[in-house]
Amino acid sequence: MPAMYSLWIVGRNGGLLYSRDFWQLPPIEFNDKLRLASSWFGMCGISAQLSPMPDSSGIQLMQADTFDLHSFHTLTGTTFMLLTEPHTPDAAELLRTTVYELYCDYVLKNPFHEMDQVVKSELFDHNLVALFAAVNRRWGVGLAQ
Amino acid sequence: MTFYIFNRKGRCQYYHEWQRLKPVRQGAGSQEEDFKLMFGLCWSMRALATAIDPKSPSMKQMGAPMRIGDGCSFNSIKTSSFKLQFLESPSGLKASWRMPGSGGQPCWGAGCFVLTTDPSVGSMVEQLQYIYASLFVELVVKNPLYTPGEPFLFEPFSAALNKYMRALGLLS
Repeated sequence: MPAMYSLWIVGRNGGLLYSRDFWQLPPIEFNDKLRLASSWFGMCGISAQLSPMPDSSGIQLMQADTFDLHSFHTLTGTTFMLLTEPHTPDAAELLRTTVYELYCDYVLKNPFHEMDQVVKSELFDHNLVALFAAVNRRWGVGLAQ
Repeated sequence: MTFYIFNRKGRCQYYHEWQRLKPVRQGAGSQEEDFKLMFGLCWSMRALATAIDPKSPSMKQMGAPMRIGDGCSFNSIKTSSFKLQFLESPSGLKASWRMPGSGGQPCWGAGCFVLTTDPSVGSMVEQLQYIYASLFVELVVKNPLYTPGEPFLFEPFSAALNKYMRALGLLS
């Protein structure tokens, strides 16, 4: 059953700027989240370096036994991570278009926001939750809360 | 396309490259460094997958020791120019897995198998399992000249691997 679990945003220096669950997940301690996010950030750099082919991007997708982790790197270096059920369709597309748009509209256009500072925007939060609730509802899976 | 076999301690036992357009010199620097980084990447990814696993009821810290085969593993990571396919063998990655002695566990030396392919290639889990069970175990582990955990270069294994890759249509 496809489902979107959570979204993390990692800044240009590898710090976790934002994280939000759209599903009842086993809680991850905040410190662990910071560590995981920056590990991911570092790993993206290493995998691009290790690529046997030239001009590699960072990691776009990690497929694990129980989840898919989609990752989208913006041109300015911000990384979006989206945790989903394995084989959830359209996740990469959703990140690249709708989520990024929301981020631009509600976070970047906010005059009080500074790059690489923690994202605290109620509007962004609200719209993001609504978006993922709608997506999950389309597949007939509600927010299990 | 490249293929690595690492032992449990992270040493590269076998390496073969079919096609590598970006030489190691432009990547990790030297072959030795490339092996180290590749194992480090796989180990960290494995630990990350276990820590982030949304289905496990209890929270695990990243890198916390656990038994072989426990926790969530990953199958592949994909970038725009390559896809890394990963299989952890039953003897596990020792760096993160505390061995309950070696008794009872099959300790054939190999820790993980890594294959890099074109990003458009689908899941290779079964193919890697075949390489492990039918090629590695049959042609390497059962070879009396093989010392578990040590690098090896056996002609029958290399030939069979090449043949299998060609049969899969991955080599031109």
